[in-house]
Amino acid sequence: MTEDVAKAAEEADSSKTESPAAATADIPLLRIDAVVKKFGPFSAVDRLSLDIRAGEFFALLGPSGCGKTTLLRMLAGFETPDGGRILLDGKDIAQVLPHQRPVNMMFQNYALFPHLSARDNIAFGLKRAGMPRPQINTRVAELVALVKLEGLEKRRPDQLSGGQKQRVALARSLARRPKVLLLDEPLAALDKKLRESTQLELMELQRRLGTTFIIVTHDQEEAMTVADRIGVMDAGRLEQVATPRELYEAPRSRWIAEFVGDINLFEGQVGSREASRLAISTQDAGTIMVAEPRQPITKAVVCVAIRPEKIKLSRRGPVSDAVNAHAINRLEGIVTDVSYLGGLTTYKVKLDSGAVLRSSMANTARLDTDAYSASQRVVAWFTPDDCVVLEQ
Amino acid sequence: MSARRIFAYPARLAALAPYLWMVLFFLVPFGFVLKISLSQTAIAQPPYLPVFDLTQGFGAIKAAFAALSLDNFRLLVSDNLYVSSYLRSLVVAAFSTSILLVIGYPIAYGMARLPRKWQGVAMMLVIVPFWTSFLIRIYAWINILQHDGLLNKVLVALHLVSTPVVWLSTDSAMYLGIVYSYLPFMILPLYATLAKMEPALLEAASDLGSSPRQAFWLVTFPLSLPGVGAGVLLCFIPIVGEFVIPDLLAGSDSMMIGQTLWLEFFTNKDWPVASAAAVVLLVLLVVPLTLYDRLQRRQFEGAR
Repeated sequence: MTEDVAKAAEEADSSKTESPAAATADIPLLRIDAVVKKFGPFSAVDRLSLDIRAGEFFALLGPSGCGKTTLLRMLAGFETPDGGRILLDGKDIAQVLPHQRPVNMMFQNYALFPHLSARDNIAFGLKRAGMPRPQINTRVAELVALVKLEGLEKRRPDQLSGGQKQRVALARSLARRPKVLLLDEPLAALDKKLRESTQLELMELQRRLGTTFIIVTHDQEEAMTVADRIGVMDAGRLEQVATPRELYEAPRSRWIAEFVGDINLFEGQVGSREASRLAISTQDAGTIMVAEPRQPITKAVVCVAIRPEKIKLSRRGPVSDAVNAHAINRLEGIVTDVSYLGGLTTYKVKLDSGAVLRSSMANTARLDTDAYSASQRVVAWFTPDDCVVLEQ
Repeated sequence: MSARRIFAYPARLAALAPYLWMVLFFLVPFGFVLKISLSQTAIAQPPYLPVFDLTQGFGAIKAAFAALSLDNFRLLVSDNLYVSSYLRSLVVAAFSTSILLVIGYPIAYGMARLPRKWQGVAMMLVIVPFWTSFLIRIYAWINILQHDGLLNKVLVALHLVSTPVVWLSTDSAMYLGIVYSYLPFMILPLYATLAKMEPALLEAASDLGSSPRQAFWLVTFPLSLPGVGAGVLLCFIPIVGEFVIPDLLAGSDSMMIGQTLWLEFFTNKDWPVASAAAVVLLVLLVVPLTLYDRLQRRQFEGAR
């Protein structure tokens, strides 16, 4: 089942991956091969391998301290790997000094040169490359227009707002036309509204330029918004590399399932199998019928994962015209918590077993006469296809 | 609004304190010195004329004002001794400050690059000489530099020289003493600016194609200029007026203005001329500083 969803997710995402720049995406532009980085006895990056295609917008997502920034800094050349190779266009750049790499970085706090104007900050890399003055002027004007900084060229960083600084930093890192642009938490310093609009601009820019972007972020929404593919890291290793949809709908492990979004988890034993349905008997939620995964299950004890929005609440249970009514999972309980969030409302339902189930439903109607309130008895239901079986 | 006013009143008073300090301990004494510089020397107590005597009424004060003259300033300009003292002071201060910058910058840079826990230790090492009296340290140098001192003993023992070298009473000894004494004043402001610089700036420079040397000259050095300015001022100004070090370590053939002042005040008992020399020294230092400050401010505003 997991694989089915993964495939469906891939198809649904295909419009995103098949951008014009990704046409030549068969050979990886960047190959990270068994890279190790140790700080004393601690492995920040632990034999990590990853291929990134040309023109891809790739996000490294993970909790703080997972090694994502260390990996990015190795790509930029600020850290030297203790083992493994980093191949850019087939050439190992692991030992190449940062100023000799065709890779540029946009720093977390922008690291703009405070003594130089916005213009001189953008031109800094071009001057180092020995570009003649008239060409520098043309290129800077181009970049200023690209990031919409017209009229602010002469200002120094301390005379710019956070959003403007972010634009200068972006223009500066793009000036040398890097093969790969590394972005280290580029939007972390912006407020929520500005961050969201900047995410869209960043995607638009990446699509227009066709440059390979690698962004490091701890914000999963940001990663899912901007990236074609996401690599989730934990403790120096990649837990899963997938499209945003695949990551959300078909997480590979319990850890991923819990890290990305909200989820309900029920541990249980694999029971009988009938017509491509598996019965998992759980302690907290009774027997749950799940669609049988394509990969055979090897373990006796597994975890059933259901996203809150897949769980619908009703007063009586699902209406009878739902397909395969007999296979629909029904759980009864009492609503204990209602949080109205605008676009959706989340509910906590205390099951008769004592376990708490989370459900969220979109507020599609303005006047919802059917809303549930606390201490109301409800039936929570979901289909076998809504469940993910996790073995680890 | 009313709450703000309650806080504003003492705050304004507090802001007044430095001005009060300046007036009481700088402007008023300077007024005295300025007045003496316009007087004539006399064998009297105090050793100058005229003296304002408020008990004699307005007429006497008016007469005293009329008796003031610029003779002392004329003397300063006409006598070669003073002109050459000023020149020597400026040259010695400029040269010492340059040496201090060349030695102090790398030390401060190295300190700022040390691991955090060692930075405090390094700072202590820079400050530790202050725990011994300044005079004792200069006398210690006399001991080291004298004819049968430590330095000559070592040099002879190493067969670098066959006979002891004359160190004392030379300009080299004086420069050594000045650089030794003022080094912390150069290092500390430099260290302060270098230590607070974001390491990411150097990474950004390197990321944008600068070699480590280019990154230093294009980023680190320009950003450390405020520290360089502070260190240079902290060293240059007191060195111009330095008296003890040149008196104890340098030869007696040429004098710095501090020594000339001392001579006029205590040996010749010519307070008016000494005061005039002090006034000129102040003007010599303050006028270019003010101009420089104004120029810098204008440049800064021009950038806006």
